[in-house]
Amino acid sequence: MRAGFGSGNRGLAVRRARTLVRGIGPVLPAATVALSLAGLCLIWSLAAGFWPSRAFPPPLEVWRVLIKEAASGDLGYHLAMTLWRVAAAYLVAMILGSVIGVLLGTHRRADVFFSPWLVLFLNLPALVVIVLAYIWFGLTEAAAIGAVAVNKIPNVVVTMREGARALDFRYAEMAAVYRLGPLDRLRHVLMPQLQPYFAAASRSGIALIWKIVLVVELLGRSSGVGFQIYLYFQIFDVAAILAYTLAFVAIMLLIELVLVQPFERHATRWRRPA
Amino acid sequence: MQPAGVAPLKVDIAEKTFRSAEGVTIDVLRGLSFEVRQGEFACLLGPSGCGKTTTLRIFMGLDREFSGRYQLPEGSSKRIAAVFQEPVLLPWRTVEQNVRLALPPRFRGKNLDSLFEILGLSAMRSFYPSELSLGLARRAALARAFATEPPILFLDEPFASLDERTADRLRRLLMTVWAARPTTVLMVTHNLREALLLADRIIVLTPRPAQVLGVFDLRLSREFRDKRALDELVLDFHKRFPSSE
Repeated sequence: MRAGFGSGNRGLAVRRARTLVRGIGPVLPAATVALSLAGLCLIWSLAAGFWPSRAFPPPLEVWRVLIKEAASGDLGYHLAMTLWRVAAAYLVAMILGSVIGVLLGTHRRADVFFSPWLVLFLNLPALVVIVLAYIWFGLTEAAAIGAVAVNKIPNVVVTMREGARALDFRYAEMAAVYRLGPLDRLRHVLMPQLQPYFAAASRSGIALIWKIVLVVELLGRSSGVGFQIYLYFQIFDVAAILAYTLAFVAIMLLIELVLVQPFERHATRWRRPA
Repeated sequence: MQPAGVAPLKVDIAEKTFRSAEGVTIDVLRGLSFEVRQGEFACLLGPSGCGKTTTLRIFMGLDREFSGRYQLPEGSSKRIAAVFQEPVLLPWRTVEQNVRLALPPRFRGKNLDSLFEILGLSAMRSFYPSELSLGLARRAALARAFATEPPILFLDEPFASLDERTADRLRRLLMTVWAARPTTVLMVTHNLREALLLADRIIVLTPRPAQVLGVFDLRLSREFRDKRALDELVLDFHKRFPSSE
């Protein structure tokens, strides 16, 4: 249900985001979701029963570890650290990426000039950016978050550039004639037109960012889900690895349901028929 | 707070050319000069493609590549208002929000009940533009223009692509709201009957490059411009401007 973040899929991503905000996602009843997840757990449980192994624990075992880690406070602490890094990197990437994307989309010459840079950054492996950031800026929080943001920015730029190219000049002219101030233009003319593109970039963004944050934590931080996974990898504790992963996935799902979808429904309310 | 303009619109455009993508230049306007008097309803009438819309775009400040000058009425705020060929309402804002956004921030909260009432939009204030018919959307565009109480109002074929009955109802509505909130109006149209029905004066343009062919004064009061009178006016007009249309 997440739109692809590949640069070739922008149109598709936007279209998918639109279909989704028109109501398929939100309307999906909670009961169906619960049933579907329960089914997955059942299959997992059966499979783990057939092939009992320390490397493939059943759901109950994972649940037990989850409770234990939560009780000790470790889970909460590491989840919070990862969540804060995701949020910070997301904010930086979305703001910088949107500004750059809109500038490129509205200035042809700059676009032509910077296009090769964009291709370069799009194809720079995340791992290289992270390693270089740690080497150049040290094992700091800022280097970690910056490295994640740099990985995400080119994707945001590409999507937002597409959005800026699709801006309707008639609205800009109306705003000019009626002397709308810069803030009004941003809020009432520009942002609503870019909203579907922003939503598409944002959706693929959060998913991508949290995966990269784990790598950043694994390589150079001493807290966060990525750090914990690395720790439990060294002692081959698959149940703990799964517990941390699933806990964070659950949080992301919650954010999607509680924050992202209601916001999108609000932002696109004018699209729906009366 | 009626910011009635003091000076009329004065236009003196020496030349306006368009350069196509292949580098071909077209003269759109050449030696176009005319005036619009304080508080009058003037029409720019000319054949399609003669540069009427370009002229309005220059006045609206949307096209600055021309030689010559023009002077807008010096209202308190130098604000202008326009109704475009299409309604150009922001689809993500309600009718009322669209209207209020056009106002200067200080006046955003002002009472617009009577304006919506005159234009028959009272029940649609909280509608989104996609929920309006084209006729209603044009009314909303008119409401937005009149709400700002501009020293001058530009209308660019505001009744184009409407069926004739709707267009006629809207023309009368325009007269009503203009009577309630008088201002100087310059309307562009290629529809002679529309111009004869609405205008105090018709400024007739030549085909491209546009310049003023002549001015047709309408002395007959608007309330007497029924179908018969309009037929006669059309005849008069063709006697004065045999070459046009």
